[in-house]
Amino acid sequence: MKIIANTEVCIGAGQCVLTAEKYFDQSEDDGTVIVLNETPDAGDEGAVEEAVNICPSGALSIER
Amino acid sequence: MSVSTFPVQRETFFDPPRELLTFPPVQAVHLEDGTRSWVVTGHAEVRAVLADPRFSSDRTGAVTADNPERARRLRELRERRGEGTPPGSFIGMDPPEHGQYRKLLTSQFTLRRMRALETRIAEIVSDQLDELAASAQPADLVAHFAMPVPSLVICELLGVPYARRTEFQHATKTLLRRDTDVDEIERTTVAVRKFLHELVRDKHGAPTDDILSGLIAQSGLTDEELVNISFLLLAAGHETTANMLGLGTFALLCHPEQLHILRAYPGLMPTAVEELLRYLTVISSLVPRVATEDLSIGDDLVRAGETVGLSLAAANRDGALTENPGELDVSRARTHHLAFGHGIHQCLGQQLARSEMTVGFRALLDRFGTLRLAVAPEEVPLRSDMAIYGVHELPVAW
Repeated sequence: MKIIANTEVCIGAGQCVLTAEKYFDQSEDDGTVIVLNETPDAGDEGAVEEAVNICPSGALSIER
Repeated sequence: MSVSTFPVQRETFFDPPRELLTFPPVQAVHLEDGTRSWVVTGHAEVRAVLADPRFSSDRTGAVTADNPERARRLRELRERRGEGTPPGSFIGMDPPEHGQYRKLLTSQFTLRRMRALETRIAEIVSDQLDELAASAQPADLVAHFAMPVPSLVICELLGVPYARRTEFQHATKTLLRRDTDVDEIERTTVAVRKFLHELVRDKHGAPTDDILSGLIAQSGLTDEELVNISFLLLAAGHETTANMLGLGTFALLCHPEQLHILRAYPGLMPTAVEELLRYLTVISSLVPRVATEDLSIGDDLVRAGETVGLSLAAANRDGALTENPGELDVSRARTHHLAFGHGIHQCLGQQLARSEMTVGFRALLDRFGTLRLAVAPEEVPLRSDMAIYGVHELPVAW
């Protein structure tokens, strides 16, 4: 499982950071998503999937 | 159905109009001028429309079913003057213009920044609770706490003198009243724009450490754009959270078992805030989107140019979102609620709102262990006349 982020689409809502802080942060420059670790640890997949699903702009996806 | 029967009156304090909850997920409404408008109440359907770029956020031509007459008069006025969405007012823009403005602001409202701000929010909250505690009982929780806290915070962030709050608070209140006529909307808009133009001019000469000065220094925006962005942030930054704090307190006082759980388990506050957002959804007017081409929502065909009105409040009471959606349950796991909207326009200040509510409710409950309503619930003046729901006043004692 690999996290894919599209910062062109991202609107900086911060929902992913709120949902899975271990994997996502926001840029100091423009608030867009920064993926801290693109391959979730075993047991964290659920939280990462939740972050992808809740993203308002469709900027996040998962590659399996 | 015809628009004269469109339900806007609530039968209870906290539920959207009952008829709206019984609508099918997508409902065509025939307006009195013969045009058709749509009302979307299903959670999946509202979410889909908000994420679909074929629906425009330019609401200058939109006529939603909950206030069609006023929308039509406003549209005529704008058409006569050749006015579109005001420059900088990106809530009414589509890509790519929307993103150009929003990107200037997103770094100011990140989760990390808002959490760093919580110490300052806590000071502001504490000062207001001091003021409340020193008031004669019964005291109005809205005037002493719910309205000042978010107003002080957004004034400080943006760089607007709090001493001049009555000017923008009054303007916002007038513009949000459902029955304000077009002439009064005009007068109010002119007055608040004059105030903000003066402010922008002052900041050019004497910049301070705030968002507005930062935009002036770095963005190359025109004064016209700065004024419209400022009004958007100012209005969105205080009315919404103020009503969540006021109505949220009212809701907790009316659900003593939930209040008890929250007092016993203060760690529940962040999820309780999410539940209050879902359950109360203060954006009670329909959110407009306009179809830019013929397209379908489920089995329904929406024609190009037709307005779709989204009920965030009804969508958040959809049984497909969560079990027992009509119950306030502070222990409920966080849902995909739509209180902040969805799609590229999802609330820019949502992390600020979360911080204000989490800090605000926690301090209120800590400080006032015996907080109670000072009047019967039926006597609390409800904001049924406003586009953002809440309570006009909340008389409390302790």
